Amino acid sequence: MKLRTSHYLIFAFLAAFTYFYSKDGLVATSVLYTAIQFALPLALAAMVGVMCERTGVVNIGIEGTMLISAFTAFFAGAILKNTVQGMLVGVFTGAMMGLLLALMAVNWKMDQIIAGVILNILAAGITSFYYRQNYSIPSTLDPIDLPVVGAWPILGPVLSFHGPITYFGIFFILGLWFALYKTSWGLRSRAVGEHPSSADTAGVSVTRLRYLNVTVAGAVGGLAGSYLALEAVGIFERGFTAGKGFTALAIMIFGRWNPLGALAAALFFGLTQAVTNQLMIDEVVEIPPQFINMLPYILTIVVLAISAGKVRPPAAEGIPYEKEKS
Amino acid sequence: MDAKQSRKLDFSPILVPLLSIVVALAFGGILIFIQGINPLLAYRVLFTTAFGSFDGIAITLAKATPLILSGLAVAICLRAGLFNIGAQGQLISGALASAWAGYTFVGLPALVHIPLALIFGAFFGALVALVAAVLKAYRGVHEVITTIMLNSIVIALSDYLTSNPFKEPDQPLTRTPKIQDSAQMPDLLGLPLGFFLAIGLSIILWWIMRNTTTGFSIETIGRNKNAGWYAGISVKKTIMLSMLIGGAVAGVAGAVETLSIIGRFEPAFNAGLGFDGITVALLGRANPLGVIPAAILIGGMRASGSTVQFEAGVAPELVDLLLAMILFFVTAPLLARFFKNRKENVAMTSGWSN
Repeated sequence: MKLRTSHYLIFAFLAAFTYFYSKDGLVATSVLYTAIQFALPLALAAMVGVMCERTGVVNIGIEGTMLISAFTAFFAGAILKNTVQGMLVGVFTGAMMGLLLALMAVNWKMDQIIAGVILNILAAGITSFYYRQNYSIPSTLDPIDLPVVGAWPILGPVLSFHGPITYFGIFFILGLWFALYKTSWGLRSRAVGEHPSSADTAGVSVTRLRYLNVTVAGAVGGLAGSYLALEAVGIFERGFTAGKGFTALAIMIFGRWNPLGALAAALFFGLTQAVTNQLMIDEVVEIPPQFINMLPYILTIVVLAISAGKVRPPAAEGIPYEKEKS
Repeated sequence: MDAKQSRKLDFSPILVPLLSIVVALAFGGILIFIQGINPLLAYRVLFTTAFGSFDGIAITLAKATPLILSGLAVAICLRAGLFNIGAQGQLISGALASAWAGYTFVGLPALVHIPLALIFGAFFGALVALVAAVLKAYRGVHEVITTIMLNSIVIALSDYLTSNPFKEPDQPLTRTPKIQDSAQMPDLLGLPLGFFLAIGLSIILWWIMRNTTTGFSIETIGRNKNAGWYAGISVKKTIMLSMLIGGAVAGVAGAVETLSIIGRFEPAFNAGLGFDGITVALLGRANPLGVIPAAILIGGMRASGSTVQFEAGVAPELVDLLLAMILFFVTAPLLARFFKNRKENVAMTSGWSN
């Protein structure tokens, strides 16, 4: 995002917020609260993309990773009658999906787009074959009433009372930004994504770092899936990630492969959806529900059409690394 | 080993898909066994239902018809180095457009009405692909994301159109009116006419890819964009052309399904046909003729899924699982390695914006 574009966006946001707040303060804060809930799975899923692509591995299997993790998280939570254990199973499942992608992309040097599509199709096949009705989790993850912050005016009801994955997710994104730009792990990862042979010469193991990052990224995808099943709605349906894993890729590109940029982009997506929902509820505009459903997809295409060509992906992205033979 | 000899010995284009089917069935068998069901029974039911009788084969080929076409739609784009995951949306668009043409025009002779409805299907399939093609050629937006987003947009849009302006009046169901008799595609020798159309299109596209400069441009761009550019091939034009061909063929797939099987447009009836096209294309090695046996196999599995549930007690989603595993094994170089001194991997991917 150019500085000027972001200025416009902030201005539009403040204008919209003032409009809503003057009409009804409660509604205005609840729209922002909903926006965070819409944004979080997208932001976390975008982190999967950021972590993979910064080390040079394209991951279009985020959708499948989230779907199968939501599936295992939900059914583990339902069978063990423990939502937290279900979440851990979901995160573990995500890590396994990451490992599988690393195996295909790094070891077997497969085309990474095809490898990602395989993850998606495998996840869809497994979840629809093993899907069972009449299961339910004991409860969704309990929301947390933040001390101090919760009592603030305006910001309190917006920021407080989200679930644990939301708070962990936001801290994770901030931490990832720090790690990526301020630690040696981050420097090495970015070097591997830009110019693997130089990184190799400098003594960084390209293979090991790609394996590590792609697997950890998978676990983050698992957390995003667990969020959907255990924190946001508390159910699982076939195909219920509904393209969020792909929207996340657009958010990653819009955010220029930067965790904070992607977080901002995800909030923008979440806000658009929350505002549209509110306009529907208030009957300000009458839009057929199908068009509301289309909104995130159209937004994704528009965002990509605008930002493509202006942003530069990591240089070694998508290219399997071959050590030069001496 | 010289080049001529190695070509002679290379059976891998046929052996690798066959072996991956066998391995996938073996893994699937283990999963069925874990559920306490005899996998041999399940597979026997699956294959005798699909291929064991003339009626069974006729149903299989009818199921295979849209899959041949959607497989072609993916395969042609793969040849140009494009991954068209949007066959589903293009197919739905074509199905709805042909249904509209099928019930709106009255009093046309069948010889005019059927081709007209098919052209409607092809045109609206290509129209959906056009969005992705323009964004790819002129803005560098990766086709995988745009085509997936377009799938969701087309599904929502077709749902809106069928429940509002195109809805069958005085009916609770969201579906279009039935097409006119003159638009109904007849059977030929007990097989749907669409099947022969699909085979014909496969052969025509195979011929185009082999013998024309258009085919040569597509192949060259698919192998190496820069080399194609240096040779004076317009990369943009070739991207547009192959995506539009893919979209049109997927649109015909939807049209054939509407005009010969369903007889109207109903949102849920075309689900999955375009996605199976991905498996068909990769199993058929992106070869316009290779997609035919791949589609017949998958069509057979789809046709007998519910019988397997009835007679062996396995959920019909078993087919989804088997197809996912077939796709995994056919694309994983694991199996290919047994047959080949490791060929260089050609990556289609090189980032999101080129």
